[in-house]
Amino acid sequence: MTPTAGKTRTQTQRFWHSVLRDKHLYLMMIPFLLWYIIFCYKPFGGLVLAFQDYKPLLGIEGSEWVGLENFKTFFTGPFFWRLIRNTLLLNIYNLIFGFPVPIILALLFNEIHHSKLRTVVQTISYMPRFISTVVIAGLVVNFLSPSSGIINTFIKMFGGEPIYFLTRPEFFRPIYVLQGIWSGAGFGSVIYYSSLCSIDTELYEAVMIDGGGRWKQIWHVALPGLLPTIAIMLIMQIGNLMNVGYEMIILLYQPVTYETADVIGSYVYRLGMEQANYSLSTAVGLFNGVISLILVTSANFVSRKLGDVSIF
Amino acid sequence: MKLTKGQKVFNVVNFFLMLAVCLITVYPLWYTVIASFSDPLAVSTGSVTILPVGFELASFKKVFEMDNIWTAYGNTIFYSVFGTLLNMVLTILGAYPLSKRRLKGRRVFMLFILITMWFNAGMMPSFLNYRDLGLYDTRAAILLCGAIDTFNVILMRTFFENVPDSMEESAKLDGANDWRILLNIYLPLSVPAIATVTMYYFVGRWNSYFWSMLLLKDQSKVPLQVLLKKLIVEVSYSVNEAVDMSATVMTEQTIVYATIVIAVLPMLILYPFLQKFFVKGIMVGAIKG
Repeated sequence: MTPTAGKTRTQTQRFWHSVLRDKHLYLMMIPFLLWYIIFCYKPFGGLVLAFQDYKPLLGIEGSEWVGLENFKTFFTGPFFWRLIRNTLLLNIYNLIFGFPVPIILALLFNEIHHSKLRTVVQTISYMPRFISTVVIAGLVVNFLSPSSGIINTFIKMFGGEPIYFLTRPEFFRPIYVLQGIWSGAGFGSVIYYSSLCSIDTELYEAVMIDGGGRWKQIWHVALPGLLPTIAIMLIMQIGNLMNVGYEMIILLYQPVTYETADVIGSYVYRLGMEQANYSLSTAVGLFNGVISLILVTSANFVSRKLGDVSIF
Repeated sequence: MKLTKGQKVFNVVNFFLMLAVCLITVYPLWYTVIASFSDPLAVSTGSVTILPVGFELASFKKVFEMDNIWTAYGNTIFYSVFGTLLNMVLTILGAYPLSKRRLKGRRVFMLFILITMWFNAGMMPSFLNYRDLGLYDTRAAILLCGAIDTFNVILMRTFFENVPDSMEESAKLDGANDWRILLNIYLPLSVPAIATVTMYYFVGRWNSYFWSMLLLKDQSKVPLQVLLKKLIVEVSYSVNEAVDMSATVMTEQTIVYATIVIAVLPMLILYPFLQKFFVKGIMVGAIKG
């Protein structure tokens, strides 16, 4: 017996020894892993639907294979560019208008030196995080109502004509972005605020000794201190460019606003659940999933390269 | 310390900005509350803005008279309580072994669960999976759907990793096995962590609607959010589209507001307790990757 063979044998032995030692830990994991297998991995098998002309009566075995036909239908269909455009634009508007809000909020919270007041303001601003999508959608619909909504009441007060916002495609994107800011910005500031708290107070004092006021402090200390967090959050959001909160969109859109409101997620939902076109729905979902996977993994890769902090 | 003039101006400006933030956050909720108590006619003509106009409990009475509201409320409590329980059991049973550096295959298991965060089979394959398992239109489906959130597993694992190994070693010397160590040592030490993750799951369960809407057909099984979706969104649209404002259409609107109040109330009551845990969780999640 050669020494290497002996070594490998002890290695294998050591491996089995530690597996045996930790047998209870492996036992614990069984229900956990089973859930992942049944509810996350098993559905991957269903992706074959994307390459079939699936008929519920025939099942997966009996349905006809069509190759890439479903993808072709989607790519050449009338909605392809509209869906891509709407998905990307909603995210880009979110990035431009929504992304800076929590950062600004965190900077302003940090400037409240009265700690009780700060806690009160922060606590209030986190509140919408606890309100469900359905209720927020209900508030949006009611507030924008042409007959009795509060927004139109104000418009009428100033002598304007009431507008039925939710039936006008040009208003959908601002509405979506604004509701997102209302519900998410306060809580989104937590992550920035916590990195502001870790900035050394001596840095602020140094600026003050140099005669710098509050703006100088924000500009030269707070903002640079936030940069790594901002960079990571930005990269993460770019990684999610192809994912929109369709659970909210399907509550707010109507056929008349599909032109600007319909996104890939909502289309997948409509195709599958309302039109029972399982195959095409799966194909569109798979297309979206693959693009998202590429975006998210490259975003993750970049953030790992940039620094040791990464979200996942 | 004396404040310079610039600092004073800054403080005043900041104070008003913060006031604006609070008002913008609170006003929609405040309006909902006052509208639900107001005279339906005043609400529909838009004369309710800052304070309730008239004081009526009729809308609430109507909401309380609807049987399906109570059924849905009960369902939500059932799904939230037992669902969260299932969430916690599965999450802890997964996070604890994964927090042990000595565990062989730890990296493989981590990859196995992380992949699901980046790629999933999508709506239709998942839906058909539930159907094939015979779970369509069952309460079990709602409990099992989202029974583990990978993000929360990572949170929980990070918490467990921070417990010093020496605790485990001394218990091992006393002959305790891993189950006992988890139950008697790790769980009592991780109460704040468990509270945080429980809150995450509970709020998520309480507020979710999408998969319940897809998976349930029987109206006696649907949770509150699915019923609310029907009431709030669909009724509101019909109110908007109504050509003339008849009395029924008008009361429908205040009923919608009253329903929102009833649905949001438990969350708002729990809110001051919940928010501390939420903030703690987000910080831990950010530190560790």
